[in-house]
Amino acid sequence: MSPHVFHQWSAILFVVVLAITGECLIAAGMRGLGDLDRLRTRSGLLGYLGPVRAVLSNPLFLTGALCMALNFFAMLYTLSIVELSLAAPAIASLTYIGNTVAAKLFLDENVDRRRWLAALFVCAGVVLLAK
Amino acid sequence: MKHTLSPQRYLILFAVMLTASVGDTLLSRGMSQVGAVDLHHLGLLLHALTNLNVIAGILLLIGFFASYTTALSWADLTFVMPATAFGYVVIALLSRFWLHEYLSPYRWAGIVLIVCAVGFVANGPSRTEHPSDHPELDLMDSGVGR
Repeated sequence: MSPHVFHQWSAILFVVVLAITGECLIAAGMRGLGDLDRLRTRSGLLGYLGPVRAVLSNPLFLTGALCMALNFFAMLYTLSIVELSLAAPAIASLTYIGNTVAAKLFLDENVDRRRWLAALFVCAGVVLLAK
Repeated sequence: MKHTLSPQRYLILFAVMLTASVGDTLLSRGMSQVGAVDLHHLGLLLHALTNLNVIAGILLLIGFFASYTTALSWADLTFVMPATAFGYVVIALLSRFWLHEYLSPYRWAGIVLIVCAVGFVANGPSRTEHPSDHPELDLMDSGVGR
């Protein structure tokens, strides 16, 4: 593998790791808060202040959002050194599979055969859409 | 695991699907109208904020993040993810029927695969139940208060 190709794939993997970390932290934070409807204190628009305050004061959510912000800038950098036709499907597919594995390992989700199959179908679908 | 999604929750998943893809499309359209932005013309970014397509795109992406986080409060990450992936299908269909672009057989095959994936997951349970999700039941199981 040439240094240039290694550099490209390192950038892609960095974006993927940031996305997986961010999404898992946000998912863990939101799971911890539970159904947001239960946090509404009153009806109407003002009732949403409670859930918004709870979300914005959740450390897991905030760390996850920070990772997603970093992911955005890392993605911009990656798109400047890797062609979109390679970067987009590679990042989308690897993030999808990585999220499924991370959800099983760290969020303790019941990833059954149906969800694994869905992950594989989405990855194949994304690759075909990018052709 | 349980599978009890109300129509309101399906509506939120639908919002996740639509807002991201339509928001991205509007941003792309708006930025192509604004022109290329480089380090010497950063002022164009401020000018972009006056473009109606860019404004609508940003509002839709804020809506996406709100609906996505709301969905994660009552559903598994692996349940919500196919909904976000369905955005690729929406973009492909928008480009075919709105922008009249050509879709190759590969892309149609990709659309079919993603639709199948969404169907697999949507027919299953939305959330994994953990004992810690119901602390009151844990307390009862532990025998405290008997």
